[in-house]
Amino acid sequence: MNSALLVNIFRFILLLAVQIIIFNNMNFLGYISPFPYILFIILYPVNGNKSGLVVASFLLGLIMDMFSNSGGIHATACLVLAYFRPSIFKFAFGLSYEYQTVKLNDVLTPERFSFILLSVVIHHFTLFILEAFQFSFIFDILIRTLLSTVFTIIICIIIIYLIKPNKR
Amino acid sequence: MQQIFNFIFKNSNRLLFLLLLGISLSLTIQSHSFHRSKIISSANFLSGGVYEKVNNLNEYLNLKTQNDALALENAKLKSILFNRKDTTAIKKLDSIKGVKPDDIVVSKVIHNSYNVHENYLTLNSGELQGVKPDMGVINSLGIVGIIENTSPNYSTVISILNKKSQINAKIKKSNHFGSLIWNGKSTGFVQLVDVPRLAAIRKGDTIVTGGQSVIFPENINIGTIDKIEKDNQTNYYTITVKLFNDMTNLGHVYIIKRKDREEITNLEKREKDE
Repeated sequence: MNSALLVNIFRFILLLAVQIIIFNNMNFLGYISPFPYILFIILYPVNGNKSGLVVASFLLGLIMDMFSNSGGIHATACLVLAYFRPSIFKFAFGLSYEYQTVKLNDVLTPERFSFILLSVVIHHFTLFILEAFQFSFIFDILIRTLLSTVFTIIICIIIIYLIKPNKR
Repeated sequence: MQQIFNFIFKNSNRLLFLLLLGISLSLTIQSHSFHRSKIISSANFLSGGVYEKVNNLNEYLNLKTQNDALALENAKLKSILFNRKDTTAIKKLDSIKGVKPDDIVVSKVIHNSYNVHENYLTLNSGELQGVKPDMGVINSLGIVGIIENTSPNYSTVISILNKKSQINAKIKKSNHFGSLIWNGKSTGFVQLVDVPRLAAIRKGDTIVTGGQSVIFPENINIGTIDKIEKDNQTNYYTITVKLFNDMTNLGHVYIIKRKDREEITNLEKREKDE
């Protein structure tokens, strides 16, 4: 249990650092940037403490906001994703979620992919709505969400494959 | 009482979520609605320090372009120096028109954003160097933005590529003025609105800062007219301005301190009070 906590703290710091130093400077076509830092929320242990996840996500988003001068948009988006994570689990994995046998960082199956896809879409949509904060930008919001989602998912999957634990 | 406690225990996760959601939403709304009261900004010890370290690294990669830009500016300054008519009298004004040399703080952009609708820059000089909110920021090519938040060693700047930014600007040859805004679309272009239709303007005319602003001195370059649109309902032009500056590539900038600014604002305030 203790090592799981350490792994999560390490992941929190590492993902934030990588996001701020590398991915925030990536502007594909001028406005598409990936946000793989939400992998922290996606990879959080299934049977972990739920309140802990909510608080950690809030802090994660708040630090991102501090570095990108964006008020509270990352904090809100992360919080929404963290809160709806169990429902997305239920939707993507069905019954096996109840028995908590789900392991995320493993070979990509349709269930795992749909879970990551849903999580990223929810996070990005919230993020870009709050960022534009005007309904006249709705077309812009949708385009940004779509393109950034594709970008983020590709990078998330690459990262998951790169740091796949070799335990079992 | 028992039931209230039960309710709280049962829904502790949801209540926690709602509480934090309230905090983050209020931070978001506050950052969108007020001009300068941001609680979470990158002008602080942690993020300023990290950005400075990262920027030091990046600088090595950009040394050549920065050198070229500085050499170009040097050449320009030299040409002004050598072409002066009276070399014995010490001229009071610097080459940046209308600004006295002691009013300038040289600073460096350590973080730059240009891909969202509200863009901010972070600079590596702050209160200790005399930087205060509402000072103008320019570089050798044109205006960059306005100081928003300061900490002892860092400051944040509202970039002209920000929906909240609104700067008084005029057409250089005719003195008709309007306000400069950004529609959030392209990083190379800003919009000049509220220019009366009487103004004789042409594509390619230069846009400079106007004299009404207490933040920028008059006649600092902004850009050239790229497209002119007439608004049929109002009697105003909407002009698309192509910036001289490449806002995606900023290095050294100058922060302008205006000594008469306080005097002007005080005077205007007194007028209003009476």
